[in-house]
Amino acid sequence: MATRLPNLQRLLFPVAAAVTLNMAVFGGAQASEPPIKVGLVAALSGQSAKSGEALTRGLTMAINEVNASGGVLGRPLELVRRDDESNPSKGILAARELVQREKVAVLFGGLDTPVSLAIVPLVNQMKVPFMGIWAAGTKITENGAADNYVFRVSAVDELVDEALVKYGVDNGMKKPGMILINNPWGESNEAGFKRALEKRGMPNAGVERIQDSDLDVVPQLTRLKNAGADTLLLVGNVSPSAQVVKSLDRMGWDVPVVSHWGPAGGRFGELAGPNASRVHFIQTYVFTENNGAKGDALLAALKTAYPQIKTLADVTPAVGIANAYDALHLTAQAIEKAGSTDGKAVRDGFYAINEYDGLIKHYTQPFTPSKHDALGPDDYLFTHVVNDQIVPLKPEE
Amino acid sequence: MFTAAIITGLGLGSMYALLALGFHLTYVVSRTVNFAQGSAMMVGAVLGYTLCINWGWSLWLALPLTLILCGLYGLVIERWLVRPFHSRGSQAWLMATVAGGILVDNLALFTFGKEPRQFESSLVNLNIELFGSNVGALQLLIPLAGAAIALALYLVRRYTRLGKVLEACVQNPRAAMLMGINVNRVVAIAFAVSTLFAGVAGLLIAPLFSVNAEMGMLFGLKAFAVAILGGITSAGGVFTAGLLFGLTEALITLYFGSAFTQIFTFALVIVALAIRPNGLFGSQALVKV
Repeated sequence: MATRLPNLQRLLFPVAAAVTLNMAVFGGAQASEPPIKVGLVAALSGQSAKSGEALTRGLTMAINEVNASGGVLGRPLELVRRDDESNPSKGILAARELVQREKVAVLFGGLDTPVSLAIVPLVNQMKVPFMGIWAAGTKITENGAADNYVFRVSAVDELVDEALVKYGVDNGMKKPGMILINNPWGESNEAGFKRALEKRGMPNAGVERIQDSDLDVVPQLTRLKNAGADTLLLVGNVSPSAQVVKSLDRMGWDVPVVSHWGPAGGRFGELAGPNASRVHFIQTYVFTENNGAKGDALLAALKTAYPQIKTLADVTPAVGIANAYDALHLTAQAIEKAGSTDGKAVRDGFYAINEYDGLIKHYTQPFTPSKHDALGPDDYLFTHVVNDQIVPLKPEE
Repeated sequence: MFTAAIITGLGLGSMYALLALGFHLTYVVSRTVNFAQGSAMMVGAVLGYTLCINWGWSLWLALPLTLILCGLYGLVIERWLVRPFHSRGSQAWLMATVAGGILVDNLALFTFGKEPRQFESSLVNLNIELFGSNVGALQLLIPLAGAAIALALYLVRRYTRLGKVLEACVQNPRAAMLMGINVNRVVAIAFAVSTLFAGVAGLLIAPLFSVNAEMGMLFGLKAFAVAILGGITSAGGVFTAGLLFGLTEALITLYFGSAFTQIFTFALVIVALAIRPNGLFGSQALVKV
């Protein structure tokens, strides 16, 4: 017996360490309670992988904060991710698996509007809240379902289009030409642009399509130029948007370009070359040298958690991080208000949120049964790329 | 503006033509094609980028090494994905080369990264005034390089010993084998040259486009359409069809709008093949009875 006691004492250290680690991981939450799972279906591979990474970072930072302050309903939150590879059918499969097998309480969506649009009928049918944190397709939240479980903390195409046209008009636009990505996202924006232009009785110089594989968009731009376009309204992911800038350079056409947020999705400065800064595009959030207390704290936490973040150029796309961060905090509040993880209760919990002082803005009753989008045109800011960094445009720019 | 569209079309067309010449070369020698041509083009661009930009090698060292590695890629495809099936009379090489291409694309995604990158070149920003239009110097270089390579292929086939050996294999592989020609080696060389052409296309296109792991897929598909359109047995036909395809795309976009580019171009391909089932410049294979 005399020899066994020291062994037990030696065992005590790792056991104590494990308990301490457990407490540290789950914060004040009761470790015995099973975690509440939240799911993310987003592009984690392929050309849009960087967006999935940003969303993961935003969600993870917010989950860490929620868990450190005791979790939700006394339980820690846990993120379960699935890759949709920007493919709607893979997105549906992943969403179904997360809901049925992983029993996630809330599902978060990724960058691609077509994938989110495919998931919408499924979540409405299964009565599981779906939170859009990037894809901006208008019909994602305005899906026509009598019982709508889809919310969003992100831009909305129709509102973005209105904001882009207003920005153009404020800067002297009289006859814009549209150059749009050849997919449902481009179509969604074509309708939005046309509505915003019709409202002002403004003519347009035509609509041209671009795609990821376009080597040169000079022919499309030539048509718009010949039709008298004085400003380009651009909607496209980072690669085709960069091709537009390079083709404009080749043509020597110095025309203002007002864009949706596609250029924020990757290395636009590198791809588009020295004239990348001519494209003015919208964002919901940008990290700058001075972000206010909340932004600075999040930036510091991001740098600690992800050592590869060294400069502001490394915290892109900031919209993904910021939308995900605010959306997760709002979701935690909704589950808390619901008092359970039941889908219908959580959905109604979103309506019951009164105030949340978020990263993007101070939210006051962000959701109602007739308003499932927490952000509006007043929350958009115009930016451009300078030295590989997204910076807000000064009013005179 | 018409000039700019013509230059765009010729540049695009030369890319298709280079890839399609690869399809032609392996087909005439072995009656097989390498569906990983698009991926070989991507390999050329990705390797060029990695050696020149990431590792900072001199262009004169990086380019030959890239092309040698592209050629080796073709040898690997022939040895492991085509010969084992073709030698047993199986058509499984078709799926094996498709699968090989997808595998390499995904390996590149995993190692090179998921983001498109820009292969910077001083030629990109060099513009030349041509018939009232601003044209990039690199855009002019692409069709010239394409034409030079096609001409080199013609001269090699016509005037060198290797060309005669190749021609013997094209005309009668069995007789060539009986004459002491190592047909397997000739087929392997054809595959290496075909992926080398694709590598050249990748390197030429990289500064104008962006380098990414998925860049070759659509190009490979269109190049196969070009090879069939030109008549896969005719090198000149395939090259001309490539230029025609590129010009058609650019001019349709200029005059009808980009919404109609793919619809009209592929509709024209179908009409052309309906009228000339063996391609614009191909001839019906003779069947000996």
